[in-house]
Amino acid sequence: MHIYLFLTFFLVGLVSFGGGYAMIPMIQEEVVNRHQWMNASQLADIVAVAGMSPGPIATNIAVAVGYREAGLLGASIASLAIVLPSLLLILAVGKLFLRLQENWLVKSSFYGLRPIIAGMIVYAAITFAQQAGMIAQLSWFTWSQILIFIGSLFALIYFRKHPFSVIILSGLVGIALYG
Amino acid sequence: MNTTWKLLSSIFVTFLKIGPITFGGGYALIPVIEREVVDRRGWLRTQEIADVFAVAGSVPGAVAVNSATYIGYRIAGIRGATAALLGILLPTCCLMIGLSIFYVQMKDNPKIEAAFLSIRVTVVALIAFAAFKIGRTAVIDSTTGSLAVIASLLLFFGNVHPVYVIAFGAAAGIAVVKIRVLLGKDFKLKEEKEVVYDYMI
Repeated sequence: MHIYLFLTFFLVGLVSFGGGYAMIPMIQEEVVNRHQWMNASQLADIVAVAGMSPGPIATNIAVAVGYREAGLLGASIASLAIVLPSLLLILAVGKLFLRLQENWLVKSSFYGLRPIIAGMIVYAAITFAQQAGMIAQLSWFTWSQILIFIGSLFALIYFRKHPFSVIILSGLVGIALYG
Repeated sequence: MNTTWKLLSSIFVTFLKIGPITFGGGYALIPVIEREVVDRRGWLRTQEIADVFAVAGSVPGAVAVNSATYIGYRIAGIRGATAALLGILLPTCCLMIGLSIFYVQMKDNPKIEAAFLSIRVTVVALIAFAAFKIGRTAVIDSTTGSLAVIASLLLFFGNVHPVYVIAFGAAAGIAVVKIRVLLGKDFKLKEEKEVVYDYMI
């Protein structure tokens, strides 16, 4: 168990280019499909809780999954495993950083990596929408969910609200609507 | 020996204080790090901060954590890197464990269940917003556009492990640039602007 926790999050850390939300499909594949530590909607709740805490979202998810599976020790193992690849790579490139930046290979691989990451995040958004029950037969519930989605996006893009306040506000709306 | 430990502990404490501010995301940290590391401690010069974020952006992982690690490395080698890493991780890990405990205890409460019915949708919005923001900087021509579409199709219908999708993206990037150069097209990779990932880190 501990070894699998370590290996899973080490792998996630190794490929986590360009932001935590892109790692959700990766974490889902490992945690839900492969090791079956939890189901997809439990993972969705963990992502929600991770979004409320400061700090990198992928690291927060690692802490929560590790804690849920193996307590404090699990949380420590998962969080160290997810940052270990970056630590090792930074130590490795530390001295030749300028050459690395100018490196043609690094630049052209990022040219291909970034759109791939964007596509992965789109995939993550759609799978999460399916799990939340947003995409179902049209009913009062679905309509209210779509409205919450639009409202949340609006708050993020136009009012530039911080995710934390949007999540809290959304929670209050949920209590008012469904409580 | 004594002075080394003193240096290491002050690196640890500095990043321990910065940790909770990572709320705004990696690049929001630049001014904070500059104030602490350049102005207050005098560990690095302002020009070096640009190097720090260049390195932090080119290795996998969160920019905030990577830049802390690299600054620690510049100041005091491997031990410095470890001290900075632990310092920046500790507050957010503790808070996250606290939130997890709170969630586990409250999740069967009907009010919290109702709140999460709405919060789950907001998480979808957060992810969509992240896709929109990274898409704006990543999809700059038809090649990158098709790569983004291919990535989501592979994940949807191909049942491909995300690791292979990522590896494919890097390989495709290298191949496309190489072919364009061989064809003699004057292809220049755009100078990297500071990509603002904010909340995604």
